[in-house]
Amino acid sequence: MKQEFNVIANNIENATRVLDVGCGDGVLMEYLKNEKNVDVRGLEISKDKVQKCILKGLTVIEGNAEVDLKQFPDNSFDYVVLSQTLQAFINPELVVKELLRVGKKSIITIPNFGFWKVRLHLLIKGTMPVTKTLPEEWYNTPNLHMCTIKDFVEFSNKINFKIFKSIAIFEKKISLINKKNLFTKNLFSEFGIFLIEK
Amino acid sequence: MGKIKTLIIQKSLKLDCGKIIKDFPIAYETYGKLNKKKSNAILVFHALTGDQFVSGINPITKKDGWWSFAVGPNKAIDTNKFFVICANVIGGCMGSYGPNCKDANTNEALGINFPVITINDMVNAQYNLLEFFDIEKLFSVIGGSMGGMQVLQFASNFPNKVKTVIPIACTSNHSAQNIAFNELGRQAITADNYWNNGDYYTNTNHPNKGLAVARMAAHITYLSKKGLQKKFGRKLQQRDDLKFGFDADFQIESYLRYQGSVFVDRFDANSYLYITRAMDYFDLTKQFDGNLSKAFLNTKAKFFVISFTSDWLYPTQENKEIVFALNSIGVDVGFVEIDSDKGHDSFLLDVPDFLNALRNFLEKSIN
Repeated sequence: MKQEFNVIANNIENATRVLDVGCGDGVLMEYLKNEKNVDVRGLEISKDKVQKCILKGLTVIEGNAEVDLKQFPDNSFDYVVLSQTLQAFINPELVVKELLRVGKKSIITIPNFGFWKVRLHLLIKGTMPVTKTLPEEWYNTPNLHMCTIKDFVEFSNKINFKIFKSIAIFEKKISLINKKNLFTKNLFSEFGIFLIEK
Repeated sequence: MGKIKTLIIQKSLKLDCGKIIKDFPIAYETYGKLNKKKSNAILVFHALTGDQFVSGINPITKKDGWWSFAVGPNKAIDTNKFFVICANVIGGCMGSYGPNCKDANTNEALGINFPVITINDMVNAQYNLLEFFDIEKLFSVIGGSMGGMQVLQFASNFPNKVKTVIPIACTSNHSAQNIAFNELGRQAITADNYWNNGDYYTNTNHPNKGLAVARMAAHITYLSKKGLQKKFGRKLQQRDDLKFGFDADFQIESYLRYQGSVFVDRFDANSYLYITRAMDYFDLTKQFDGNLSKAFLNTKAKFFVISFTSDWLYPTQENKEIVFALNSIGVDVGFVEIDSDKGHDSFLLDVPDFLNALRNFLEKSIN
């Protein structure tokens, strides 16, 4: 988690407006506020987590990203961050389009379903993968649309947005993803972080 | 009446109806201490039947102040930290300029000669309190229901005079349903013969029946179906079986009758007409050519909008419209919908999630 926040913070410029979609209890917002001089807002569906954000003095709006992103005007944020939430939406395609409408840029983090441990779990055990980063069982997971780093790259081509930076995380290691190393990064990374724009 | 603090506003105030008033009273109460920098003042706006006695014991009714759950030492709005001011709205009956005030020329109560006032008029009248206390900028304006409408109007009228803005369970414009319920109440009052076209103050009988019915009808709108069912269900009132008559067989009937009867002891029927009218006329969106965002273009304040799941009088959707309007111009706004089955009344009751959110927002806004 620390590495992911680090990458996100390093890719956000100072004195910008940031929207954290699915901000949870506000850990990332708090981190960004401390590390960067940014005006950060959150959107969160869980009432309990909204209360936790208020307790931290963070500006948070209770709402569902799939319907409530529409309240934000075009390009009203410099960055819209979506940290490990894309897979939980009913319609991820629509959400990504909304992120790119509201934000000039968007930063999306995904847990990588192409990670070798995930693949091996399904191959050897023959049951849906349960790992450190994907701790729920198939019947109670909020994750409806798991994807791999490679899937996300193909997704960008299909719905026509630009990935201008891709970063892989494996344990504490951070590395850049490019066309040449896509196969290996997809196999050996726990997370993919994508900086995207229209 | 020594228990009521009154400020006489000498400056003239032009009302929305066109009439100009001056030398009129604003009754107010304060809680806590104003700090040296005068930076800890919170102006609380009351709802339809509220008054200036927010906390502690109301010296007139001898009951708890209407928001004692939320305001007081160590409460969500902590009077150990904040200086809380609340004024009776104009049109009210707890000492501010209202229909029960006497006409200086005739020495008779104004009754329906009192001008029709608006939420905007109420707010402009209360603004004088800032000058009276020599407060440059309020720490917060807070209110629920009609109080929330005043909060929105205040933030729009005086964008530089407040740091945080907390509208609770309210709306930016009164819906047809809201107007309909208010009209029901007004009809009940004016249908009472004792109302006598608003001229009853020196009579033995006041339009208490009509006012009680108005209150009973309104009271239902403040609760939720689930809450009513949970509290009363079909429980019978001190009897083992139905009596085949029209006495209060059911506990809910008895409860409503009681609510109506105690209300008439503390509230004036004409005030009820005037204040409900002010609520019906409230349409901040229309004041800004159909674009609510324009009402807040100059604000630098931090907003926090709160609604309740079971409030069907001022539902979450209407509160969210305020949030949407603020977001569309990039105002710093937070929003939370509190889970409660207590209906619109939730904001007046001991609802821990609500009170915690209010407390935490206020405390984290002190920097």
